[in-house]
Amino acid sequence: MSVRHGLLALLAEGPMHGYQLRQEFERRTGGTWPLNIGQVYTTVHRLVRDGLAEPVPQGEIGSAEEPGAPDGEGSGERFRLTEAGRAEATAWWARPVERGAPARDELAIKLALAVTAPGVDVPAVVQAQRTETLRALQDYTRLKARAAAEDLAWLLVLDNLVFVAEAEVRWLDHVEARVARAAATNAARGPRPAPGQGSTTQVSPGPPAVGVGPVGRDLR
Amino acid sequence: MTPSGPGLGPVLLSLVQVSRTHGDGDLAVHALQGVDLDVRVGELVAVMGPSGSGKSTLLNVAGGLDTPTEGTVTLAGAELSALDLKGRARLRRRSVGYVFQDFNLVPALTAAENVSLPRELDGVRQREARVEALAALSEVGVADLADRFPDEMSGGQQQRVAIARALAGPRRLVLADEPTGALDSVTGEEVMRVLRSRVDAGAGGLLVTHEARFAAWADRTVFLRDGVVVDSTGDRGGPGSLLVGAGSDGLGSSHWPSGPTDQDG
Repeated sequence: MSVRHGLLALLAEGPMHGYQLRQEFERRTGGTWPLNIGQVYTTVHRLVRDGLAEPVPQGEIGSAEEPGAPDGEGSGERFRLTEAGRAEATAWWARPVERGAPARDELAIKLALAVTAPGVDVPAVVQAQRTETLRALQDYTRLKARAAAEDLAWLLVLDNLVFVAEAEVRWLDHVEARVARAAATNAARGPRPAPGQGSTTQVSPGPPAVGVGPVGRDLR
Repeated sequence: MTPSGPGLGPVLLSLVQVSRTHGDGDLAVHALQGVDLDVRVGELVAVMGPSGSGKSTLLNVAGGLDTPTEGTVTLAGAELSALDLKGRARLRRRSVGYVFQDFNLVPALTAAENVSLPRELDGVRQREARVEALAALSEVGVADLADRFPDEMSGGQQQRVAIARALAGPRRLVLADEPTGALDSVTGEEVMRVLRSRVDAGAGGLLVTHEARFAAWADRTVFLRDGVVVDSTGDRGGPGSLLVGAGSDGLGSSHWPSGPTDQDG
């Protein structure tokens, strides 16, 4: 879907060969979502099928708009947008990206199961994930630190990865606090404390959000 | 777990089995328990944790503003407990600078005066302190604001001045407490870039933040919970990490050194 509209947007800038589309798409998004050439042609042919794009007739090639075409020229035909394609490309900018049914998220599924499955050390699961996500965040940030200030497209792609990862960390913080609070509530309700708790009771200076117990220290 | 990452200099700050307990008996609050932590020249270390996890205590103990009940803190080669109050204050002035969320510049002093003030308090002559201050301001990209007062500067500019002050003269360790807390996201990032480049140029930094996005500018992040270090992201990756060996897929289009991680779907 993003590929389809991505190619549509690129074709709105002018006719292109399949390999050019691939190259432009990857260049403009920092190679973050690589395409194989088969994917490009499949997508373009769907655009043609749906009346949004069409091959440029042979006679019209070489209208001096594209002097830098690499050799291997004759290998592929060029495509351009139809009127309908142009309209769809314009409409795409104006339309927000749909946020429909949530995609399957392994982490959300994992934690949903963890809080209900017996014998799972939820804080340990949360911490292991937080560390891993922060490592990814560090990697993205190092790429950002090296990125040229004028490479705005690439910086925006990296920012997206950074903010998504940060949101995940914040969600993990929230999960941890919520689980701790639920555990505290259950403990207050239940008549007997779990065995082995309470020998070295820690008084947390903060809100009761943390300190579900010293479980899960042994992460590494 | 002593870090020995590539390209790192000598240890600036070392905490060994540091504990800080307030009160005693049943009412004892363990703000820190058995914390080991090193910060080397060229290294920025972030500390994350929920409120009450001991982050601020860690920063205060590291800078000699608070004294551990157990363990040792070594700052610029000197063990703090071996110094008297005066000696500790002097070491602190010479070696450590602070950066706070709310900038903490003296409103009645210009940027240059704010930066040179702690040096003058340390006995450096005014003219010399000013030269140092101008150099420090230039390092953080605000040399042209030297004669402005804090209320004539934006938040990001004030925080740059604060970073300059923290690392003016011989100071090599910056302790930063939520330095981006009062800044918008783009300005916050600019401040982190400045902090990062100052550290890369030969300082060390300990950064407390609750925002993962800013912690990610550090070489590693340490997670604190109930005064205990529960985890760490480990050192900056060596030659095998994401950044090195920038390969290209022949298109010359990829910024991803080892090829992007292609999630299924």
